[in-house]
Amino acid sequence: MEQYLELVVNDLRERFQVEVETFRDEVSVFVRPEQIVEVCQTLRDEYNFDFLADLTAVDYWPQQEPRFHVVYQLYSYLHNVSLRLRVPVQGETPSLPTVEGVYPNANWYEREVWDMFGIHFDGHSDLRRILMPFDWVGHPLRKDYPLGYEEPQYTFNFHDIERKKRRPRE
Amino acid sequence: MLQQMEITVDELRHLFTERARAGETMILNMGPQHPSTHGVLRLMLELDGEVVVNCVPDIGFLHTGVEKNMEAKNYIKAAVMVDRLDYLNTMGNNLVYALAVEKLVGIQDQIPERALVIRTILVELQRIASHLVWLGTHALDLAAMSVFLYCFRERELILEIFELVSGQRMMTTYIRPGGLWRDVPEDFYDAVKQFIDYFPRRIDQYEALLTDNPLFKQRTVGIGVLKKEDAIRWGATGPVLRGSGIKYDIRKARPYLIYDALDFDIPVREEGDVYARYLVRMEEMRQSLKIVRQALEWLKKTEGQPVRTPNRKFVPPPKSELAHSMEAVIHHFKYWTEGFKAPKGAVYVAVESPRGELGVYLEGNGGPKPHRVHFRTPSFANLQLLPLLAKGHMVADLVAIIGSIDIVLGDVDR
Repeated sequence: MEQYLELVVNDLRERFQVEVETFRDEVSVFVRPEQIVEVCQTLRDEYNFDFLADLTAVDYWPQQEPRFHVVYQLYSYLHNVSLRLRVPVQGETPSLPTVEGVYPNANWYEREVWDMFGIHFDGHSDLRRILMPFDWVGHPLRKDYPLGYEEPQYTFNFHDIERKKRRPRE
Repeated sequence: MLQQMEITVDELRHLFTERARAGETMILNMGPQHPSTHGVLRLMLELDGEVVVNCVPDIGFLHTGVEKNMEAKNYIKAAVMVDRLDYLNTMGNNLVYALAVEKLVGIQDQIPERALVIRTILVELQRIASHLVWLGTHALDLAAMSVFLYCFRERELILEIFELVSGQRMMTTYIRPGGLWRDVPEDFYDAVKQFIDYFPRRIDQYEALLTDNPLFKQRTVGIGVLKKEDAIRWGATGPVLRGSGIKYDIRKARPYLIYDALDFDIPVREEGDVYARYLVRMEEMRQSLKIVRQALEWLKKTEGQPVRTPNRKFVPPPKSELAHSMEAVIHHFKYWTEGFKAPKGAVYVAVESPRGELGVYLEGNGGPKPHRVHFRTPSFANLQLLPLLAKGHMVADLVAIIGSIDIVLGDVDR
């Protein structure tokens, strides 16, 4: 582990009691959902992690509990190091606070995670679906969401299939 | 009949100002089928006369579920899906995926030198090809039609080189985990040499058409200014970031392939407007040529060396062995049907694509299929800046701003 990163990680350990994992020289810090905004704030303001490179989620259904991990990839221009934060979130319809206030570009990433995984970000300014159509049912990147096998809708069977489709708000 | 899902105006109300409700400003739909949105991008514009008050991008029209599909394929078969993300940077997409898989299974140090050199040449040629499409369409949006024709003429030469090495013009899948599909053919050196000797004059020609052209400058100078702080806060990368005065390029910051041994510069401009981003990309093309020139000499020195890792677990056996070795046949069968297993763990690898930081978050679960693949695509991240850049400009300038961000909708929607 690079020296600077070690300093950061040790401080995080002390202040937030986080667990740390290293795989192929990449450092992941496990953070509890209620701490995430504070951790990001600390990293940005005190340790120059200015750049939220990536924000995504992973689904471990059915093997693991808690089911989802939200993954933040941070980078510091000044020190040229990157750090990953992992936030395990509980439940089928989990939620955690948004980091939009710290990194404005989290806006679209969090919308994508909401769209694809159904993880709710509390306090988000505009949490709508981003990639899927607005009336889509389900969250496609969940492991229990089937891959494909949708009956094609032609003119002759249009109404049959239309009737069978699940509709929200009904 | 088709029952439309009613999305009420109330749900979108927070996106627009109060003036829209009073009828003082107009809400106008732009796209998704609009030539200057460079694909299927839809924008909801709130206009005060011809001035953009608010701009709300609506994406997802080209969403193909690549990430979900890759979870159902093994590491080797998932590689072909990667090309389809950013269809102007297919070599770069292959590269970042290959690097991620190699890092995940732990063979990143075993890739032979020749493979690294060829990869570098190809991704730099791809950068030029991508910038040519950007330049052509950007200039076309600003009513300079001839540039478009010249750019596509030169781009064709690069695509011919790709066809020479891989048999495909665009969806090459030539760079694969563990090395390359095969060695380059004999005439590769001459083809690339011919191109890099021919191309510098062409860049001069484009610059002569645009750089000092008063019409072009009127449309670009001072338009869509992105301040330094905003560029950092909003996570811009690539030429958009460098056009705002931040010298950050992954090829220099965290060198991969052979970039640390090559001599090249990172062009930076302070102004942060459309014109600055134009100048950065033009200079980048020259720098890419410089890289290709050096790597091509290097390639000569590696003549006859292998282009795949010697670790047979991760690459198929050579064709020559299949005729007389039973083990090779078994290996070949197992490799293409079952694939190789990757350990449990996650890696994040990023490369500098023509548009910015192209990252892949790859997680393995001990099996032959990825547990999760996520692409951090530069177009998606940079497109978020559009509302910020467009505010207060004319609709016609919006077209210039979209062009200067250089989005590829396949990359945005994945």
